[in-house]
Amino acid sequence: MIIVETKKIEELAESLAGKKKVLIVGCNGCVGIHQQGGERQAEELAELFKLDKVLKNVDTTVTSILRQCDKSIVKDALTDLAAEADAILSMACGAGVQVVAESFDIPALPAHNTSFIGVQERESETFYERCVACGNCILHLTGGICPVTRCPKSHMNGPCGGLYNGKCETDKNRDCAWILIYNRLKALGELDRLKTIMEPKDFSKKTHPRSQEA
Amino acid sequence: MAKYYSKLMESVASKEFTISGEIDPPKGSNRKVIEHQTELLKPHCVAANVTDNPLGIVIMNTLAPCVIMQEMGLEAIYQATCRDRNRIALQSDVLGAAALGMKNILALSGDHTVMGDHPQAKPVFDLDSVQLTAAIRGLVNGHDMAGKELDVAPQMHIGVALSPGLEPIEPEIIKFEKKIEAGAEFAQTQCVYDTKVLERILDLTSHLDIPILPGIAPLKSVGMAKFMAKNVPGVTIPDEMLKELVESKDIKETTINITAQLIADIKDLGFPGVHIMPVGMDAEVGEMIKRSGVR
Repeated sequence: MIIVETKKIEELAESLAGKKKVLIVGCNGCVGIHQQGGERQAEELAELFKLDKVLKNVDTTVTSILRQCDKSIVKDALTDLAAEADAILSMACGAGVQVVAESFDIPALPAHNTSFIGVQERESETFYERCVACGNCILHLTGGICPVTRCPKSHMNGPCGGLYNGKCETDKNRDCAWILIYNRLKALGELDRLKTIMEPKDFSKKTHPRSQEA
Repeated sequence: MAKYYSKLMESVASKEFTISGEIDPPKGSNRKVIEHQTELLKPHCVAANVTDNPLGIVIMNTLAPCVIMQEMGLEAIYQATCRDRNRIALQSDVLGAAALGMKNILALSGDHTVMGDHPQAKPVFDLDSVQLTAAIRGLVNGHDMAGKELDVAPQMHIGVALSPGLEPIEPEIIKFEKKIEAGAEFAQTQCVYDTKVLERILDLTSHLDIPILPGIAPLKSVGMAKFMAKNVPGVTIPDEMLKELVESKDIKETTINITAQLIADIKDLGFPGVHIMPVGMDAEVGEMIKRSGVR
């Protein structure tokens, strides 16, 4: 899932400065499933506008669509509403905001900072990053745990010297990815995989912006 | 007889007890800081490392002090980390360092950018230390990572780090084996104060043919000892050592004696040498070595 965090209300007020009619659009795709940017969150954001000394003067319309990363859905669902607005405030991820932006002549602005591709673990309220979309998956070699994402140094050949009590030098609450991998491979009886030198990653596969035949 | 480019490797091969030191570049452009440390270490160390912005704190780079030291007659061990340079910059720096006379390089991962005084910086980590070791080996063998031939290959010996106190130690040993497979020729370790840790690492690396110089930094105060034990991964301070520091009436004397004893222990255990990180006690390194009786 794509994980997002809502921008501060002051930042939203700044980006919407001078706009009188704003269409707030929730996205029921990834961010909606995780209740970060769906219909209810769009409505809640409009309520927050009423409490802000600047944004309370903005006339808001709230709607929500299936997926903002799909241009045909965006056009079908939003064309009439967009015609009545000065700006669109998109609750989608960065990709969704850009599809909305290229679909209409009025500005489309992000309500969120797009954080990462992640998961929510059942027992916690926290989202965890699990994939950086590196373009060259090695999960079959690392016990299903991604060192590119979960090691802050994206190391490919084992833990660094910053390992401390199984945790990472960057955050004492963050598990060392390579200890997770070591434990998992050991449990799977595949520890020999650790002994093979992994070659440097091919970052040409990650050159922005990427494209792929549908 | 194998050919050695550096005094460091010659010393290790000669079975002499080999002592390397370490230079801390200043936060600024004052070359006198380097000159002063060089003068103090030169009579006692066969070579000295120059750190590469440890913890990601911006200080003078590695190469300039290396050049200054070698002009003054102290061989340098050029530290290169993967934190700030991609594979293009790393390889290019190695070629330049060799052209300036560097004969030893220590290939490290590097501390993460968030640890230092520029936490906003983009961390690079294009390679890890195993891959960097392999890349430098390739250069020494005459080709870059793309397989392109070099006109003149750098003549350098490649060192790597080992953290003897990490728990669990097995993945560290596996990684160390990969570093050797990739082309490492010598190793220096994270600070060790506990002979049990030293004995364990000797045992765990007995199948590997590589000289390991255990790293030590003088414990200058009770505070430093407690800080190291609490914050530096893999570092444990034996209770007796801490007690000695706590009860000391002359802390500098105690520090010198503890360090001298460690150096002696390291030799007695059969290590080929020691890596001393003076952390400001450069002027006392000679005395520490003298009292250790290793020479």
